Amino acid sequence: METLWFVLIGLMLIAYVVLDGFDIGAGIVQPLVAKTERERALVLRSIGPVWDGNEVWLIATGGALYFAFPLLYASSFSGFYLPLIIVLWLLMLRGVGIELRSHVDHDMWRSFFDFVFSAASLLLALFFGAAIGNVVRGVPLNSDGYFFEALWSDFRTGPQPGILDWYTVLTGILGMVTLGIHGANWVALKTDGAVNQRAGRVARNGLWLLALLTVLSLGATIHVRPEVLDNFRARAWGWVIPTGVTVSLIGIRYFRTHGRDLAAFLCSSGYIASMLGGAAFALYPNVLPASTGPTYNLTIYNSQTGGYSLRVGLAWWLAGMALAIAYFVFLYRFFQGKAVLEEK
Amino acid sequence: MEDALLVDRLHFGFTITFHYLFPQLTMGLAPLIVILKTLGLWKKDERYNRSARFWAKIFAINFLLGVITGIPMEFQFGTNWARFARYSGGVIATSLAMEGVFAFFLESSFLGLFLYGERRIGPKWHWFAGFMVFLGSWLSGYFIIVTDAWMQHPVGFEVASDGTAHLNSFQALLTNPWAFWQYIHNMSGALITGAFVMASVGAFYVLSRRQTEHGQVFLQLGVIAALIASVFQLFPSGDGQGKMVTDHQPVTLAAMEGQFNTEAGAPIVILGQPNVGERKLDNPLIVPKMLSFLTYRHWQAVVRGLNDFPQEQWPDNIPLLYFSYHIMVGLGTIFILITFAAALLLWQRKLFTARWMLWILMLSFPFPFIANTAGWMVAELGRQPWLVYGLMRTSQGISPMVSSGNAWFTLLGFMGMYTVLGILFLFLVWREIEHGLEFMGSDA
Repeated sequence: METLWFVLIGLMLIAYVVLDGFDIGAGIVQPLVAKTERERALVLRSIGPVWDGNEVWLIATGGALYFAFPLLYASSFSGFYLPLIIVLWLLMLRGVGIELRSHVDHDMWRSFFDFVFSAASLLLALFFGAAIGNVVRGVPLNSDGYFFEALWSDFRTGPQPGILDWYTVLTGILGMVTLGIHGANWVALKTDGAVNQRAGRVARNGLWLLALLTVLSLGATIHVRPEVLDNFRARAWGWVIPTGVTVSLIGIRYFRTHGRDLAAFLCSSGYIASMLGGAAFALYPNVLPASTGPTYNLTIYNSQTGGYSLRVGLAWWLAGMALAIAYFVFLYRFFQGKAVLEEK
Repeated sequence: MEDALLVDRLHFGFTITFHYLFPQLTMGLAPLIVILKTLGLWKKDERYNRSARFWAKIFAINFLLGVITGIPMEFQFGTNWARFARYSGGVIATSLAMEGVFAFFLESSFLGLFLYGERRIGPKWHWFAGFMVFLGSWLSGYFIIVTDAWMQHPVGFEVASDGTAHLNSFQALLTNPWAFWQYIHNMSGALITGAFVMASVGAFYVLSRRQTEHGQVFLQLGVIAALIASVFQLFPSGDGQGKMVTDHQPVTLAAMEGQFNTEAGAPIVILGQPNVGERKLDNPLIVPKMLSFLTYRHWQAVVRGLNDFPQEQWPDNIPLLYFSYHIMVGLGTIFILITFAAALLLWQRKLFTARWMLWILMLSFPFPFIANTAGWMVAELGRQPWLVYGLMRTSQGISPMVSSGNAWFTLLGFMGMYTVLGILFLFLVWREIEHGLEFMGSDA
């Protein structure tokens, strides 16, 4: 039962990163792909009706995590206190940037909120990447299952690391580039003309950097935490995952060259899903490894809630997800096609 | 850790107080917008549709602020109250997660459709989208109240071997009697806010002689809804909620009412200042025997006073609790008087020319916000010193490893951020009210 919840929460997290990832990514690439005020508005329009629905996945994932693994929730949220609150501030600033931009018809107002939107998106992607890096690397858990991490210490990994060290900075940059390309693929899909061209070019050229970072971070992960390979040794089907990563990368390249926007977007979604799936697969059954030694690891067994809750939860969760997916299909079908600016 | 406890409490109090300004308005406006849409469909009168469109814009700005300030709420259980989160997660995270999965997805998906899709989906589907937004916002409220109600009156759980609470009856959690009364009391409170804001904007339009026909629609709907909700707020919902407190938290009742001594035929206090040091009420202005009657339906019933309970069970800020309660009740009474007078004028077809009444309505919009905030403070301060009533003290719930310095840093950050957000919000809503109507002529 706890394994099932591990998988379900993993899937929700993937849904969140794929969905909110493209609107964050659109923020990252907005200054690169949009040159005029109209083009910037178009980029925003491509995510306008859907971004806050996407963000609900974060809230739902947080809720499900709290529900199924209360100790993990309590420990990680208090341990990552500062970065989490900074993420909350960035999410707020970004939401304000998106929604308030068009309310006032003034160039300075719009430029300011475009800047807020892009800068907050960029930093969010960096923090999310670093967060995953932290989870994979491990945190200084004590015997009660709690920890507190400073934002940075000496940038070295070790038993008492900071949120940012050389490894998590690397995963942070990887996150930024990943979401940037994902966002560029989305923008290309939802626009035509010059913006479509530029977004396609950003995604295609960025791909080399992404491939390089993927290899680098993979090597770094094995260096920092050799145990990640254990599950791949024990369960051979896990090799599907790195294959998925490779196929997705090649796919983005191929479909970008042929200008097939939807296929390229699906490939960058596949890349994100494979990378996150790989991290989850390597961690299992740990949910938060300890840098202070494996006895302190938080696992799905020592951090879960009671079996009754998990069983009852499954019923309402399945019903709720079916509904949520139905709304999303409805919403995205409704807003399918290229984004257009309405004339006032 | 005393220091950290204080900062963590300020942190939560500040962020939730600010947050709750927004959902109370969205939950209050949502049914009113549905009514406007229904009237538009039924009477084939474009005035109602345009009114609905106007309020949907205000709703959207509010919803955005509600979401933005609401995301930290869920996360704060983990960041600042980790021990509490670990203890209670097996129970209340169920209702919190259900809010995300059921209500929030519903509301945000259909809001996008409601705001951007009117022309493409046609009037009937547009009505449906509006109805789903209403349903989502009210469901959301229910799950949050269920969460809070468990902290007020824990049900449906057992304490497991590791000392944390585990759910053992899902049904009991969702049908907590405390949640029922708190929910209907809370929702009619939200409706009062929505209706007063609508009436206030209507009064502004009629007084300033612009968009008078829409102003009149706002006034009619606002005044009628505000009257119904204000009366309902007193009885049965407020009365029922009061009985819950009487039955399950008698010490809270005593503190709310400023009742220090146990007595038969206890009076109700209209005005007066609790003097906790001397255990008496200064300058009391009372109605004899009223409290006994209201709580037990019997003029001579015995009401237990604070002196009957050991002092460590007293709520830790009795004056603030006492005043929050009296402000809530006092404003509630004023709402009934105002809306009754306004409804009478409406019925006599004099409201639109009774400038004095329009001025009162226009200026009264902040008061429901104050009353609802005070209401929340009654609930939350009344529960003190418990975080989960009778089970976990507030001082036991904070994060073990987050220092007060870190908590101060983030509290100040939130204060700065929310100040800016508040100013932006007021500016934008004012703009919508100022010239939002100019666009309303077109059927966008």
